[in-house]
Amino acid sequence: MLILAGVGAGPSGDYQSIATTTVGSGGSSTVTFDNISGTYKHLQVRYIARNSGTGDNFIAMKWIFNSDATAVYSNHYIYGNGAATGSAATTSASSAGGDGMLGMIKDNAAGYTNMYAAGVLDILDYANTNKYKTCRLLWGEDLNGSGRVALQSANWQKTTAINRIDFSCATGDFMQYSQFALYGIKG
Amino acid sequence: MPATYEPISTQTVSGTSTSTVTFSSVPQTYTDLVLVSAITQSADVASYLRFNSDTGTNYSRTRLVGTGSSATSARGTNDVGIEFYFGTLTNLGNTIWQINNYSNTTTYKTALGRINNTFDWLGASVGLWRSTAAISTVSYTVSSGYIVAGSTLTLYGIKAA
Repeated sequence: MLILAGVGAGPSGDYQSIATTTVGSGGSSTVTFDNISGTYKHLQVRYIARNSGTGDNFIAMKWIFNSDATAVYSNHYIYGNGAATGSAATTSASSAGGDGMLGMIKDNAAGYTNMYAAGVLDILDYANTNKYKTCRLLWGEDLNGSGRVALQSANWQKTTAINRIDFSCATGDFMQYSQFALYGIKG
Repeated sequence: MPATYEPISTQTVSGTSTSTVTFSSVPQTYTDLVLVSAITQSADVASYLRFNSDTGTNYSRTRLVGTGSSATSARGTNDVGIEFYFGTLTNLGNTIWQINNYSNTTTYKTALGRINNTFDWLGASVGLWRSTAAISTVSYTVSSGYIVAGSTLTLYGIKAA
């Protein structure tokens, strides 16, 4: 599902809605915001999401910038699962949410109907061409008996201004009613 | 053009008898809600975030807490609200809850919280309300005692394109 973020005039104010996509029936393997204007200082993505698998697993939700799928991403995270905590890091990942534990969403196993993960992703100074790009994510999903909540940082080791974001799942699709909304914050 | 991120209502507690702060008739015209609070409680008791005045056991949460010396995680199931603060809160606590997609009628509602007790700990929490109803009322309730005068809660709405 491709959304051209630069199309149309945005509303006034310092926090502006750029584009939104809601996954329709049948699901979607990717959610893309393209042609993102460089006129903001920061970006924020707010979402709810669910994965189409049925294996009773948390599935990694990945995102890449500017269609770059090379190993130039890294991340750190800390999480709690209701019984224990954990923290880890990934380097040279091929996407900022890669390798399992990050930006995860639950699949559609029996008993979890209507339950969606939620997250707020901040992408700071995204249009700057002098430094690598850093983002942070707060995400969680509670399933009334299991669940995870996590704080994460991620780094894209490119100085290129970000003009495109692709979200996908490590396996499966985003289910119907998953929704991603992209906002721009003025500096 | 309408504002994208705007305050809906702010409530400041006065006196010594307020155990619940309620935002009712929440407009359905936004995409997400954000609840920002700076609260002191009269007692070290649990407090709850509730929706649509539902006091049934339809809530659950998973949380992550750091105390400065350890990190822990805990869970609550079939609760009477999404536990908001936990443990000592006779000091000031500040919290931001993100309630994404609050007005849809097809999914259960997930709320994401960043919770700080300014003297004792910080945490993150995710809560679930097992209802597909659109959220029209948001309330904060202490399980005993009262919310101390001067505590503030502000509800914001964010509207997606």
